[in-house]
Amino acid sequence: MQIVHLDHHADFKAWQTQARTLCAARIVPAQVRFVPPDRGEAAFDFGTTDQANSERTVIASKDFIDRAERVVCHNDPSRYDRLYRILWRLQDQPSLMRNSVDDDVRWIIEADKAVQRDRHKMHAFVRFRKVGEDAAGREQFMAWFEPSHFIVELATPFFTRRFPNMDWAIITPYRSAIWTGDALRFDSGGRKEDVPAEDVVEEQWKTYFASIFNPSRLKVSAMKAEMPVKYWNNLPEASLIPSLIQGAKDRERALMRSVNHAPNPIAEKATYQPDVIDEDLSPTDISALWQQVEGCRRCPLWNGATQGIAGVGPSNARIMIIGEQPGDKEDLAGQPFIGPAGQLLDQALTEAGLSRDQAYVTNAVKHFKYEVRSQRRIHKNPTASEVKACNVWLEREIELVKPEIVICLGGSAARAVNGRPIKVGENRGHVLTRPDGLNFFITTHPAYVLRVQRHEDRPAAYPDLVSDLQQVAQLLAA
Amino acid sequence: MTRHTLIDKLAILADAAKYDASCASSGTTTRSSLGKAGIGSTEGMGICHAYAPDGRCISLLKILLTNFCIFDCRYCVNRVSSNVKRARFSVDEVVTLTLDFYKRNYIEGLFLSSGIIQSPDYTMERLVEVARVLREDYNFRGYIHLKTIPEADPILIERAGELADRVSINVELPKEESLGHFAPEKSQPVIRRAMAGVKVRLDDAKDAQQSRILRKAKAPIFAPGGQSTQMIIGADTSTDSDILKTSTELYSGYGLRRVYYSAFSPMQDASLDLPPVRPPLMREHRLYQADWLLRFYGFERKEIEAASTDGMLDLDIDPKLAWALRHRERFPIDINRAPRELLLRIPGLGAKTVDRLIAARRMTAVRLGDLAKLTKTVKKAMPFIQTADYQPGNLTDTENLRARFAPPPEQLAFAI
Repeated sequence: MQIVHLDHHADFKAWQTQARTLCAARIVPAQVRFVPPDRGEAAFDFGTTDQANSERTVIASKDFIDRAERVVCHNDPSRYDRLYRILWRLQDQPSLMRNSVDDDVRWIIEADKAVQRDRHKMHAFVRFRKVGEDAAGREQFMAWFEPSHFIVELATPFFTRRFPNMDWAIITPYRSAIWTGDALRFDSGGRKEDVPAEDVVEEQWKTYFASIFNPSRLKVSAMKAEMPVKYWNNLPEASLIPSLIQGAKDRERALMRSVNHAPNPIAEKATYQPDVIDEDLSPTDISALWQQVEGCRRCPLWNGATQGIAGVGPSNARIMIIGEQPGDKEDLAGQPFIGPAGQLLDQALTEAGLSRDQAYVTNAVKHFKYEVRSQRRIHKNPTASEVKACNVWLEREIELVKPEIVICLGGSAARAVNGRPIKVGENRGHVLTRPDGLNFFITTHPAYVLRVQRHEDRPAAYPDLVSDLQQVAQLLAA
Repeated sequence: MTRHTLIDKLAILADAAKYDASCASSGTTTRSSLGKAGIGSTEGMGICHAYAPDGRCISLLKILLTNFCIFDCRYCVNRVSSNVKRARFSVDEVVTLTLDFYKRNYIEGLFLSSGIIQSPDYTMERLVEVARVLREDYNFRGYIHLKTIPEADPILIERAGELADRVSINVELPKEESLGHFAPEKSQPVIRRAMAGVKVRLDDAKDAQQSRILRKAKAPIFAPGGQSTQMIIGADTSTDSDILKTSTELYSGYGLRRVYYSAFSPMQDASLDLPPVRPPLMREHRLYQADWLLRFYGFERKEIEAASTDGMLDLDIDPKLAWALRHRERFPIDINRAPRELLLRIPGLGAKTVDRLIAARRMTAVRLGDLAKLTKTVKKAMPFIQTADYQPGNLTDTENLRARFAPPPEQLAFAI
């Protein structure tokens, strides 16, 4: 039997050095015993171990090393032996750690979880008390804490990142951590009496704790699950818990009867008035129309969208470009054609010798219509009635801007301008005239071009769009 | 007016803040004060420094700057017509309280909200000023969550995002009709526009972060902990379907980190049109479960709705089980073969269990006993799975399957 004495409770390096040597010499786990300070001494010598085995190279997976570095902090006195057994098994089963239903693997996972939880709880439940300040005004604090595992070295570097500019000491029964601004030092354990018994700020903290508690939601087991009673001794606020629990029912009963019978007189003096815009279906200038559209509720689409989005561009533009409806990006930003389709439109306009700045750009439908799939908003075609509801705005935009020509991008825009459905494929590329004399021109929507480009079955879609726009450019030049 | 001591103010302004459910301090950047002036750190994972007897986490100092308010939102304890005690903190008082609590390791940081005084802009400026003093004058690197006021100028909301880890705007009620009725000064479109503004800035910051690698310039930071919101459950007549519809719209549209559901709870001096009721805690719990199914389990809202009755989730059983009981033809699922998205549909198996199960089955044929090592709720899963050594037989189609999981009807209590 090999007995390995470890000087510290949590001493990964020492274990690693010894375990590597023993494992290389093929000393079987049953022949090895690691003795950290928290383990009783072996009562008798088990005799010597055969050393005749040939040496081998010891391997271990990263996952094992990561966990072992933490599991040495566990309070299980046999933790080092168990780690050695897993190390031993890893030599023949290098991927053992991935078998999460193996009993040794379950143990290390559970032990690791317990240590990490204890570390987390230490980060949460340490309560510093102010001791004073040094001559330079640097504040000094102390805390008494009783961890369940041997985690002082593991858990305290956290406090150096958080409180580097104050001096502090955390005392536990088995070890202390001390910070004075340069390096974190560890020393032997101490007693509760080593730490001041109070701090003036605790009264405020307790007031906060009592006030933030909602007596109508009493759930003592949920509290205890996350803040186990074993920690309460060292939490100043915990002394309030029994009385808060006891008084909760009465407080709730009182609240259930607490109804306002006379409004507070200050209510009469409150003057806030939200901006309300009167509905006006025939605004006389374009900026009034934009405001109207923003709050439009003529169809149910406003309900899921962010805002109604009218057109942008000069109010005396010679060209008006009409798309279908705003998309995801447009809905957020409140501007038409700023997403991928808008960028393609810009590019096509430029290639055709036109520019977006010359045009008044808008949509047939002013709100974004979508459905949510896998947490994303996916564009959905507007119905005929939604297009119709929005037509009031579109026609008003046409009346106010008085464009020489309207470019309809895609079927929804064409239908909105035409008043009834009209096929894009059959009618694109030449000027059409409405009974009221409005000239309009149909081409494909850039979003359609993007879609077919992705599937690569219509390589001509983009050049066709550009050549349609070139025709408009020529018409305007003539 | 009587002058309050700091302790009095704290009692009033914490009490006034407690109906906001959020207290998260997670999901922000990693920060350390080591080697720098100042105080504070964040490490990704949030920390709950205490738990109140209501089982809720106390991670942040959650207070109002003031509970004076010119709005009259009927569901709110601080509405102008209420006769509750009022108080107001100065900027310095909030800063000192935050630092005093932080140095003693009581909190991760500050969650500051406010009643609206004078105007939305004025109020928002005061909130921003607290965050500015903490960040700039004291180099505070702890967590800051600022409630933003949707009616305030977008420039102020932008400034809030530059200083805070998280910003939030509460929608409060899922439907515009209810909001219009109970909160006459508020409107969903205003709230959504403000959320959209935050989303655009979050996206801009993310884009800048990504292109920073090329340009090596310091990217602007905007609310690295994202934005969240809250809905009050049970104040109005909205159904669970209405609530989940709004949640999905908000998650998908504005990239919210969290939608909090807060059971409408009795409060001092309640409004006559919203008299006190016991908080619907189970309903709140089921909504959280449904929310998780939508975000982490690949469920669509329509599926959850189809497993509800009149738009309401089953209070007796969890929504995944409710869905499974109505889709028994899809079970049993072979846990040694099924893809992850199907495993996630099995009642009783959480996402973590599923991931561990997938790792384990690469090594061995998983048996029922093995599964029991991975989860405590194997009983709930049993009618819906098959393993190397187990078949549910007729159990999957048993008529009384629901009754096995639903709690027994409550015993009536008699007064003696």
